[in-house]
Order: sequence, then C-alpha cells, then structure tokens
Amino acid sequence: MSTTTLPPSEKTQPVSAPDAKTSDRAKSERKLGWLLAGPALVVMLMVTAYPIAQAVYDSLFDFRLTDPDNRSFTGLSNYGVILSDWLWWRSLLVTGFITLVTVAVELVLGFALAMVMAKALSTIRPVLRAAILIPYAVITVVSAFAWQFAFDIQTGFVNSWFGWVPGISAETDWFGDTWTSLLVICLAEIWKTTPFISLLLLAGLAQVPEVLQEAAKVDGASWWQRMRKVTLPNMKAAIMVALLFRTLDAFRVFDSIFIMTGGANATESVSFLAYRQTISRLEIGLGSAVSVLLFLAVVFIAMSFIKGFKVDLSQTRGDA
Amino acid sequence: MSRVGDDNLEAGRAGPPPSYRRRRAVAGAAAAGLLSSVLAACGSDGGGVPTLTWYTNPDSGGQAEIAARCTEDADGEYVIETAVLPREASQQREQLIRRLAANDSSIDIMSLDPPFIPEFAEAGFLAPVPEDVAGRVTEDVVESAIEGSTWDDELVAVPFWANTQLLWYRESVAEAAGLDMSQPVTWDEIVQAAQEQDVQVGVQGIRAEALTVWFNALIESAGGSIIEENSTDPSAIELGLTSEAGIRAAEVMNMIATSGTAGPALSTANEDSTATAFEGPNGGFNVNYPFIYPRALAAVEAGTMDASVPEDYGWAIYPRVDEDTPAAPPYGGINLGVGAFSQHPDLAYAATECITSTENQAYYFVTNGNPASDTTVYDDPEVLEQFPMAPTIRDSLELAAPRPQTPYYSEVSGGIQRVYHPPSSVEPETTPEAATELINAVLRKEQLL
Repeated sequence: MSTTTLPPSEKTQPVSAPDAKTSDRAKSERKLGWLLAGPALVVMLMVTAYPIAQAVYDSLFDFRLTDPDNRSFTGLSNYGVILSDWLWWRSLLVTGFITLVTVAVELVLGFALAMVMAKALSTIRPVLRAAILIPYAVITVVSAFAWQFAFDIQTGFVNSWFGWVPGISAETDWFGDTWTSLLVICLAEIWKTTPFISLLLLAGLAQVPEVLQEAAKVDGASWWQRMRKVTLPNMKAAIMVALLFRTLDAFRVFDSIFIMTGGANATESVSFLAYRQTISRLEIGLGSAVSVLLFLAVVFIAMSFIKGFKVDLSQTRGDA
Repeated sequence: MSRVGDDNLEAGRAGPPPSYRRRRAVAGAAAAGLLSSVLAACGSDGGGVPTLTWYTNPDSGGQAEIAARCTEDADGEYVIETAVLPREASQQREQLIRRLAANDSSIDIMSLDPPFIPEFAEAGFLAPVPEDVAGRVTEDVVESAIEGSTWDDELVAVPFWANTQLLWYRESVAEAAGLDMSQPVTWDEIVQAAQEQDVQVGVQGIRAEALTVWFNALIESAGGSIIEENSTDPSAIELGLTSEAGIRAAEVMNMIATSGTAGPALSTANEDSTATAFEGPNGGFNVNYPFIYPRALAAVEAGTMDASVPEDYGWAIYPRVDEDTPAAPPYGGINLGVGAFSQHPDLAYAATECITSTENQAYYFVTNGNPASDTTVYDDPEVLEQFPMAPTIRDSLELAAPRPQTPYYSEVSGGIQRVYHPPSSVEPETTPEAATELINAVLRKEQLL
C-alpha cells in the first residue's frame, strides 16, 4: 500500500500576492495587510531584533557591568575563549542529551495521549483533556521544586516509596551524581511538557481526512498500515511543528537545572552557562557571546527541521 | 471608570449613537485626567516626608519591625520602607547590582552580605560613609564585622549583625566518645568520635557559597588564605590554594568526605539539611550558624520534636585544623550599605545608625536569632537568657576570618565551588593546583566559569 494523502490545494499563491500588473484592489489589500501587520512587526523588532542586535554588539567587547570605564573592543576574542573551552562543549553535550531524550520520549508519549484523547468518548473528552493538560499549566519553577522535593534524600518520598526497586535505597542521593541528576531533570521536563506536544498532535490527528481512513479500511489495511500510510503522512506538518517547538524549548532548558542542581555535577546547560557569565559574573561581553552562540544553535535547529521534514507550512494552510 | 466601560459596551451593542463622539471625547478627557493624576502621584514625593527604601534579605520580620521603630523614632524626619530581596546571597547581589548599574535612585539602604561589599565599593555603588558616622558605628563592634565593612582601608558600610558558625554537638555523643569539649577540638578528633559512635558530622558540601565558607575556614585555620596577594587588577591577584595551608585544607576536606561520617548527601548538604540531620537520630556534630538552636526550640514548641533533643545540644568554638593552630570560624551576617544614587544619603546614614543601635541589635538577636556585631549586646540579660551560647558566639566572632575581600569575589568563590565539588573528589595533590589554574584563567578572562 502506498502512502496516501490528499492532493495539495490548487491555490498555492497567497490571496494578496500581487500580479505582474498590480491592480488597485491588490494595492489596497497590500496596504491593508501592512496596516494590520505593521504594529506587530514593530513590536517584534523592538522585543526581538533589537535585543539580538544589542547582544551581537556587546559580544564584541570586554565589558564588565561593575567596571564600565574599562570597556574595550576585543573583536571575536570572546568567541575564541568560549569555543576553546571544554565547559562550552560539555554544556552543549548536556543540553543535546536532555533535548534528545525528552523530545523522543515526549513524542511517543504525547502521540499515545493524543490518540486516547481523539478516541475517547465525547462525554469524557473535555475532562480527559483538562486532566492531561494540568502539568502544562504548572509553572516550570514550581514543577522543578516539586520534583526536587520528591527526590530529596532527606525530605523526599521517592526513596521510601521505591525502596523495593533495585538500586534505590534510603541513601540514594539523586542530585549527588551526574546521571541520576539528569534523569530527574529529564523526568521533570517530560512530565511538564508532554501535554503540550500531545495537544499539537491532537490537532494534527483531527486534520487527517476521515475519507482516507475509510478508503484504507475498505482496501483491507490493518491498523498499523493505516497508521503508517495514512495517519502519519497526513500529520507531517503537525508532527514537525510539535517537534520543532519542543526541541527549541528543550534546548533552552534552564529552570529545572537551576532549581535542582544549580549546575553541579556537570548538569549545566548552555542557557545556564550564559546566565552564569552574564548575571553571576557580570561579564556582559562574554555572556552575550554565549547567548549569540545559543541563538545560532537555535536557528540551526529550526532550519534543519524545516529542511529535514520538507514541509512548507504556508502550503498546508487551510487544506484541512 | 465604570462609566467609560458602560459607554463602550452600549456603543458596541447598538452602534455609535449621535452623541457618541461627544461622549467619547468626555471619556477620553476623564481617562487622561486620571492618568495624569496617577503619574503626578508617582513622580513626586508630594514635598512631604522623604521615604527611604531599605532592601532587606529575607528574615522572620525583624528588619521590617526595626524599620517601623526607626520611622517612629525619626519623628517625621524620614520614613523607612522595606523591600525584600531574594533568599540566596548571590541572588541578592545580582539584583542589587543590576539596579545600581542602571543608577537606580530608589535604593537608599541595602542589607549586604560582607564578601560582596568590595565589589560594590569598587564599582562606586556605595555612598561614602561620613567620618562622624564611621566613628560612631564602629564603637564596641567586633573586629571581623569592621573588617567585613572595610575596603581599601576605608569603612564603606555600616556593621549590622555578625554571624558566625559554631560547632554544635550532642552532649551525650561527646561524653560517650570521651571528648573534652571545654578544650579546643580538631576535625580529626570529631571525625574519630563520630566513627566510634556511628553518628554524622554535618558539614556543608553543596556546590554553593556554603562550600567556600567551609573551605575558607579550613585554609585560614591552617594558617593560610585563599588570596595571598590582593589587587584591584584581576590578573595580579595571587592565590594561596597551593600553599602548605591550602594543601592541608584539601586534606581535611577529603578526610571528612571519605570518612563516611558526613552522610550520603554531603554533595548536596546545605545549612538547612545539615541542621535537619543533626536533629535526627544520627545527629552527632554539626558546624552551623546559631539559627539551629531557636529552630529546635520552635520545633519542640510546635510539637514536632522531643524536648530532650535541644536539651542534649552542646556548643563550642568551630573545630581547628591542627592542634597547634587556632580555629578560624566562618564570618557572615549583614552590613548596611547606602546607595550611591540615593536622593537622601544623609538621612539614609542617620537611619543606619538607628537600625544598628544596641537596642535594635539586641531585639534582632532575640527575635530572629541573628547575632549582633555590637559586643555590648552580649551582656544583655534577655539575650543571655534566650541564647545561653551568646558568649561563645562573641568569642567566635573575635576569632572569625572573613572570606577573601576582592571585587572579583564571585569569580574566586565560583572557581572554588567548581573544583572542590563534590568534596569526595578533592585530592590534596591535584585539586589546589587545578583550582588555581582555573581561577587564574577566569580572572584573566581566558576561560568560562
């Protein structure tokens, strides 16, 4: 059975796209478009583009907040310091590990939850959705504290509840070792953001045309075949959006690490590294350079996803 | 306000009535009038009594009460309002510095942790202390608190309360181990006693400021210092970590961490968790601040702890590294800085004198458990009744060694926390060398921290 999706919409050009000879109507529509989107664009430039440009500019200086008189231009030397330091590469590895593990687990779990929500009886569906979404409503810092308290060797309940599991005893110090610390951090992240991914996938599931499912059933396709050949291909855009959002989110992980380990036991992420240079050390130049590298990494991830999935989001609008 | 809202609602339902424009103009004028009066109220002090904002560290309400008392005493000269800073000392520093770097004039008085004072002073964030004030606020004050308020041989902050760590122990344990606690004790003796009695030695091994506090006490007691040659030029700072005293400090840290007496959670142990462990059945010894005594009494009062536990508490001067060297207990507490951009620095300094008066320090000691920097407070009968260990605290403050005073304290402390953590990984042969290399590279801006 080959992959089955609906043919793309005939209408591939945006409605407001001007023709070669722009008519008056198209002109006025374009003007209206700018009027409507303009304020948002200005706000975006103010809150996003300006700080990024400022960070790029600051990253070229040796600048300590408590010593502004000795600010000096050092070119790209801050980047040289960062890229030649093992701490940067270790933080990148830790961040990559957390991102990979959490996003992979969340995708599987989130998809399962989305299926449950999609198939649940209409009477219990609202309750089920609310129940699944509760962790996402919890503020990340609060969730991090909750997980820290649960696993704390003195006041936590995990060691006493799960003492029967091999390897867990009253003396298991979860935050005293790199791998156990990372495990708890990942668990907290997964618990907190799986609902988000499942919600996006639920929207994707709702977009899969029922007519294709029925046609596949008539052709005798099994559940697994329908999933692989009909459901997943038609959800490609939704899966990409879910994965992209969560990957970018996971890559900027900070709160859980800050609360649970404070960066001890080699659990520091790239965001944490930027925080330490900029806020704790007040080295604005060095911290800005770390932030710029983090920004570039995020842009790289976003571009790879869009290229890798070969999905043009502008083409999928309104297809459902 | 509600009228404006009603008008809009009406207009939305029925479309703009003929008088809509007029009403909208009236509503607009009313909103503008309200906005301008709000802005006027925000922008002026009304020409009345100046308000001083005191940024305090979180406590049990003692500083707010002292602010109220001093406002009353000022008799209309000024009003003190308090604003609470984050709990962690490092975060208090971060918040204050970011505001001060932006020339925030709302910061009149600040409760400052002593190691951060040189950085504030060097950056020009502290208003100079008037000479007459400096003379009065250092009268009868313990030497370590004056040292902690001094930078470049000048008093730059006002000593308020001075904290120090004591060696807390269970009298029953010490007795069974045959330790004479009336005499100075060494870390070796304590660890040996704890091993014999199968109890814990509570030390703060968490990767946080507490680890630097512990390490500083060890190296100072061994006769050395974290910084041997200080300088305002970061690349000229000379560290003493690889000195004999530095190596000895690393040996003691390693010995405690690997002795099995520091508990399974040493690498995450802070002041609170070690106090909790000390209250438990395995509690034997604990180096900690005096708060653990009122904490235990409060637990008894709340019915969550047996009265026999605090009755068994004993206290002594902090342990020494070697028999023939004196102890160098940690020095902490809070000193008051006056913001360089304050609009009323003279009034702010007058307020600090009121805040740090003998009566207010005694009040703060008794109610919040924070020891005074004023030595005369320790003779107060009420203080002695509530804190029978007050004389030991005063003796400890006289011996106490402040952490290194440098505008780059954050880098030095951060470097120590990175290399000396977890304490069980400390190797006397390699760790001091590695820490020195890291901190030097960080100070020369050649490495990240």
